[in-house]
Amino acid sequence: MDIDLVTNILYAMVRTGTPLLLVALGEMVCEKSGVLNLGQEGMMLMGAVAGFVAALLSGSLVIGFLLAIVAGVLMSALFAILALGLTANQVATGLALTIFGTGLSAFIGADYVGHPIDGLEPILIPLLFEIPIIGRMLFAQDLMVYLSFVIFIAIYAFFRWSRPGLIVKAVGENPDAANAIGLPVLKTRFLAILFGGAMAGLAGGYLSLAYTPLWAENMSAGRGWIALALVVFASWKTERVLLGAWLFGLASILHLVIQGLGYRVSPNLLAMLPYVATIVVLVILSSNSARSKLVAPVSLGKPFHVSK
Amino acid sequence: MIRLEPRGQQSKLMAWVSPLLAALLMLASGAILFLALGRDPVEGLYTLLILPVQDLYGISELSVKAAPILLCAVGLAVVFRAKIWNIGAEGQLLMGALGGGYVALKLIDAQGFWVLPAVLFGGIMSGMLWAMLAAWLKTAFNANEILTTIMLNYIALNLLIYAVHGPLKDPDGYNFPESAIFSYDATLPILIEGTRTHIGMAFALFGVVVVWVLLSRSFLGFQIKVLGLDQSAARLAGFREKHLVWISLGISGAFAGLAGVSEVAGPIGQLVPQISPGYGYAAIIVAFLGRLHPVGILLATLLMALIYMGGELAQINLGLPVALTGLFQGMLLFYLLACDVLINYRIRFGRSLPLTTTQGER
Repeated sequence: MDIDLVTNILYAMVRTGTPLLLVALGEMVCEKSGVLNLGQEGMMLMGAVAGFVAALLSGSLVIGFLLAIVAGVLMSALFAILALGLTANQVATGLALTIFGTGLSAFIGADYVGHPIDGLEPILIPLLFEIPIIGRMLFAQDLMVYLSFVIFIAIYAFFRWSRPGLIVKAVGENPDAANAIGLPVLKTRFLAILFGGAMAGLAGGYLSLAYTPLWAENMSAGRGWIALALVVFASWKTERVLLGAWLFGLASILHLVIQGLGYRVSPNLLAMLPYVATIVVLVILSSNSARSKLVAPVSLGKPFHVSK
Repeated sequence: MIRLEPRGQQSKLMAWVSPLLAALLMLASGAILFLALGRDPVEGLYTLLILPVQDLYGISELSVKAAPILLCAVGLAVVFRAKIWNIGAEGQLLMGALGGGYVALKLIDAQGFWVLPAVLFGGIMSGMLWAMLAAWLKTAFNANEILTTIMLNYIALNLLIYAVHGPLKDPDGYNFPESAIFSYDATLPILIEGTRTHIGMAFALFGVVVVWVLLSRSFLGFQIKVLGLDQSAARLAGFREKHLVWISLGISGAFAGLAGVSEVAGPIGQLVPQISPGYGYAAIIVAFLGRLHPVGILLATLLMALIYMGGELAQINLGLPVALTGLFQGMLLFYLLACDVLINYRIRFGRSLPLTTTQGER
């Protein structure tokens, strides 16, 4: 393999992994508070369509990204009302969010399919982007990729060193004990859900405003679901989410790699790779059931009711 | 102040009132939506609910839409009763279409009464094996079935697209991504002359009876229900949990596979890249809306098929995007989940009594 190919693969890996990283980080925070939101796909699609339509009409990518975040937050608020307020089953509610988001985004975006816009341009960081091999990967990306690095570091620090991070973990591990010492369980979970929604909306916005600057029905193509598997893969550890997202990014662009090496395989077969990889990862990580129970937040998916 | 007070036990009445309430709320929201879009809400709801079924042709088309949804949903009733979250009916349907279609294309020159059963068998087995893949991943590796079945949906779709672009493409088809058209003997017979109502609807109604007998009158169904209600009780009673996972997923996959092969050997008549407009996902909503009961599911299926037809008519008559269908589906499921709160809680006005303690489900 020549060095240009490796450089380009690494660059595309990070770029492709970015939406996965954003949505998976959001879901990880949400799951750490004990809430399982299966609606990532629906929130991403809403973020993608809202961001795209807003950017197209206003001519501003900033407004686009802001609207993408707002759409994600609104969708997650819907989930929070049902799952926290009405203690509805989290699995069913998350599924409903995905089905609803898929339908609503297709409805809103129907008139905008195929409109091209100018997506986010890469920003080369002087000198650094000329580093061989990893220069393009880390320093020749667009602003959102850099933002994903910042968010990653912030979340890492949040859980490692901050008191609110500790509260989120406490609420997820043992909501009854957290409640007993006066921590606001439902409020914490509500905020964690909204944060997850904002991140999923942002990830959707990245798809429609930067990655492939256009809107297409179902354009997230299962990334929201892959992100859920990613969080399991990462054992709820921030640094492993980053690693996993980039690895899945690599799996998604493997067809470019294989073409680059001069092999010919059907693109339709290669398109399956990220999904197959997800199953393989789940199999490897779940086989040891005792271990997976140990690392998952204890109260994950269980509704909490304050007893007064 | 409005507050929720636990009932202490689940309300049987509310379990059946809730879906009706959800459907009404969906229609009310639909009317508001039409209003917001500058359309006449009465005309909108008329287009959605009445116009599709105002003549025999419309009713027959309803049955064409209802057959695959009903087949998938009765299968899901079995597996959901075991609290196994098979989200993969869509993929199992596509694999049924692909497997059955493969048999039909291999037998394209064959003649005889046995051709169609062979095609159907191919479809049922393909759907069943695809679902059992998830059963294997769950029982052998403890992999979460929600995620595996979703991933298998995407894989099945890509397999189908690969097949119609490659190995199963019609050699005389001017390079369109479509298979050859199936032979007459591999195609489902039409039930009502002059319409598209095919025997798949009869299969689906038969499926309703089979699943009703299975769930209400058989020991296997009893075991499945116990497993769903209380895993440790099922274990204590000596039921073989892994067997039940395999069987219930297999049954649900077989029904979805039959739905898929009935589509390609029925109204479509060949393999194409787009076989299902999300029937497998719609069936999840239908299964919940029908309270996992075959008769409830039958009624819910009719509503869902109506929404599909109404969405198409709204596109033609009102110029609204066909995605209206998906939007209504999503609203329906949301409203159902919200209304289901009334099964466990009653709404009270005024202040709470000091001694009532609430304990969420654990």
